Amino acid sequence: MAHDATAHETADHGAPPRGIGRWLFSTNHKDIGTMYIVFAIVGGTVGTALSFLVRMELAEPGMQFFGANFQFYNVVITAHGLIMVFFMVMPAFIGGFGNWFVPLMIGAPDMAFPRLNNISFWLLPPAIGLLIASVFVDGGITGGGGAGTGWTVYAPLSTSGQPGMAVDLAIFALHLAGASSILGAINFIATIFNMRAPGMTLHKMPLFVWSILVTAFLLLLAMPVLAGVITMLLMDRNFGTAFFDASAGGDPLLYQQLFWFFGHPEVYILILPAFGVVSQVISTFSKKPVFGYLGMVYAMVAIGVIGMIVWAHHLYTAGLSVDTRAYFVAATMVIAVPTGIKIFSWIATMWGGSIEFKVPMLFAIGFIFLFTVGGVTGIVLSNASLDVALHDTYYVVGHFHYTMSLGSLFGIFAGFYYWAGKMWGRQYSETLAKIHFWLMFIGVNVTFFPMHFLGLAGMPRRIPDYPDVFEGWNRIASAGSAISAIGLLVFLWLVADMLLRGKKAAANPWGEGATTLEWSLSSPPPWHTYQDLPNMEDLPQAQEEHP
Amino acid sequence: MAHAKTHDYHLVEPSPWPIAGAAGAVTTAVGLLLWFHDITFWVFVVGAAILGYVMMSWWYDIVKEATFEGAHTPVVQVGLRFGMVLFIASEVMFFAAWFWAFYNASLFPTDAIGGVWPPPGIEVFDPFKLPLVNTIILLTSSTTVTWAHHALRHGDYRGLKIGLWITVLLGLAFTAIQITEYAEAAFSFGGNIYGATFFMATGFHGAHVIIGTIFLSVCLLRAHRGHFTPDHHFGLEAAAWYWHFVDVVWLFLFFSIYWWGGS
Repeated sequence: MAHDATAHETADHGAPPRGIGRWLFSTNHKDIGTMYIVFAIVGGTVGTALSFLVRMELAEPGMQFFGANFQFYNVVITAHGLIMVFFMVMPAFIGGFGNWFVPLMIGAPDMAFPRLNNISFWLLPPAIGLLIASVFVDGGITGGGGAGTGWTVYAPLSTSGQPGMAVDLAIFALHLAGASSILGAINFIATIFNMRAPGMTLHKMPLFVWSILVTAFLLLLAMPVLAGVITMLLMDRNFGTAFFDASAGGDPLLYQQLFWFFGHPEVYILILPAFGVVSQVISTFSKKPVFGYLGMVYAMVAIGVIGMIVWAHHLYTAGLSVDTRAYFVAATMVIAVPTGIKIFSWIATMWGGSIEFKVPMLFAIGFIFLFTVGGVTGIVLSNASLDVALHDTYYVVGHFHYTMSLGSLFGIFAGFYYWAGKMWGRQYSETLAKIHFWLMFIGVNVTFFPMHFLGLAGMPRRIPDYPDVFEGWNRIASAGSAISAIGLLVFLWLVADMLLRGKKAAANPWGEGATTLEWSLSSPPPWHTYQDLPNMEDLPQAQEEHP
Repeated sequence: MAHAKTHDYHLVEPSPWPIAGAAGAVTTAVGLLLWFHDITFWVFVVGAAILGYVMMSWWYDIVKEATFEGAHTPVVQVGLRFGMVLFIASEVMFFAAWFWAFYNASLFPTDAIGGVWPPPGIEVFDPFKLPLVNTIILLTSSTTVTWAHHALRHGDYRGLKIGLWITVLLGLAFTAIQITEYAEAAFSFGGNIYGATFFMATGFHGAHVIIGTIFLSVCLLRAHRGHFTPDHHFGLEAAAWYWHFVDVVWLFLFFSIYWWGGS
């Protein structure tokens, strides 16, 4: 290759550029990953504050904070949903851990398209900015402003139901976040297919990389459909088109079909990276290779594929034909098979292992518990007949918080504690982290478990008030929310403590169980890693064992 | 660590264009919002100008790195191929949304439009007039771009330029005819589902034709400047792939919306 390393390669890439330009103009996967993680922490804090507001409102019957302004309540739950999905979980997993560890784990010097990587990140702050701006138009907080459509933005509530600027701003926020995701997905797939180190075959790739690969395909195929359907919304809202206008031959159900064609893969986008992280963590702290590696890989692929063809189980009560519902029930239940493979393989990985209960492991085991609860209630909801009763109740809210939010969130914390030392060279305080774990674990279970009872009793979601009969469990749920909020404060304190006073992290603080490539690097890794590509054949024997 | 790299991947220098592009994107979004709400048109113009400037500068850098700095080694070119194929895949899914809307409305016409498609009172285009002409134009242009590509691979630079010129002119002809057709449309964009699905599907396709024409024009310029060699010309190949994609989308539009959906 007639490639001489001169001209455009200023210096030797050994040290980062000075000043703010390092971050604004970055083409370095580690710096971009760090920006994503900071962004996700900010997004998560805002999202948590919003959910806390909701829980405090629901702590008692009657209105506590929102008065007669139910629209504002709707704005808060909408913002909570959108922020947690697009500005917390996705940036943390895909942008944050994906950016940091996909290249490190496959032995690539950086991402395939470093500039594209940077615009993927920098589209997010303007996106959340537009969402925040939407609260202050159309009369603002007190005057009925903001997008109160729910994160699903269903027509006709989002078309004729809420004219004005707020919903348009929310749509543009989704457009920017969606563009960011599509570009990121292209980048990850190209990186994983084209930049694996010699000897790093697809069947040797760490499961976290596989999880990001499957996730990226889901993003690539689902996000453009969201772009299409919210463009239809924009047209209906601003140019009088009839996509969702039944009186002119349009079809409001078209919105739901297209939205959930994106929306269901989206929930797998939120959980698959957690599968990947948990696989690494369980294997590391059990000091065993993952049980059934190939089964784990193809279980994720199967979940991704089936996840694309089950969307209409969100529409059971929307008037689908019996045959259609029968298909979607069957297809949805099938997902339990690959998911079961994963759960049991994690357990089998721990079985007979020399388990060390470090905090990442606690979160990983917490994940398995919470995700299994969410998965089992998911099987309940997949029944079209049962769903008629449970649709739009707190049962659904309990279910999806156990899977997406708590499953994903615990995966994020597992990954954060697992890799924080590697990323920033400082080790977190094990004591604070254990406090954080127990506060979170107790908090989220106390918050969300009672929601199943409320839902079974018929309490509808998205309503700021309720009959007195629901008071008991709601009080408990709100108390749980307060415990989680304290947990978040402990986490923020822990991060500051780690960065300011943390002990220097070892290259591999986890010992022989940590066999993937990133542990062969210093903590933090050099500015540019793998200037000489690693060769998988040269690795210590532990890696060889890893199938 | 602190030594020159020994691999063939391209470590890109820090660049101002991504963050400037994001700024352009959000300005454009706000501009569209203000335009839609009849406040001002000019923020959109500013946003689009920023985006246009960023795209030119960004791609200028890429051309410089590829053509003059040797950054695009064979393995980097493979990465670019992956990138382009995946981008086109995402575009396919974008169009899937518009075809879904069309088939949802046309296969199951609602009572509001009398249960028939096309809806009563909608005077549709005759598919075998201008739409057929446009079909022939696009199919021809797909062959001429292949001609240009093969000419280049055989070192025939004259054939490359002629083939690209014809392709670009055919692309412009398609756009001109499409504009003519839009001007003659006997149905409106708003107020009926036929116009909504027709104009959004064909309109986004038209936008892609224009983008593809610009892409090919840039390749034509680069051909005149001698940027391409018989075995290193991925920019041209990407433009050709994109053009074929636009062509295939049109075939689906022609058969679905103009022909099947127009009778």
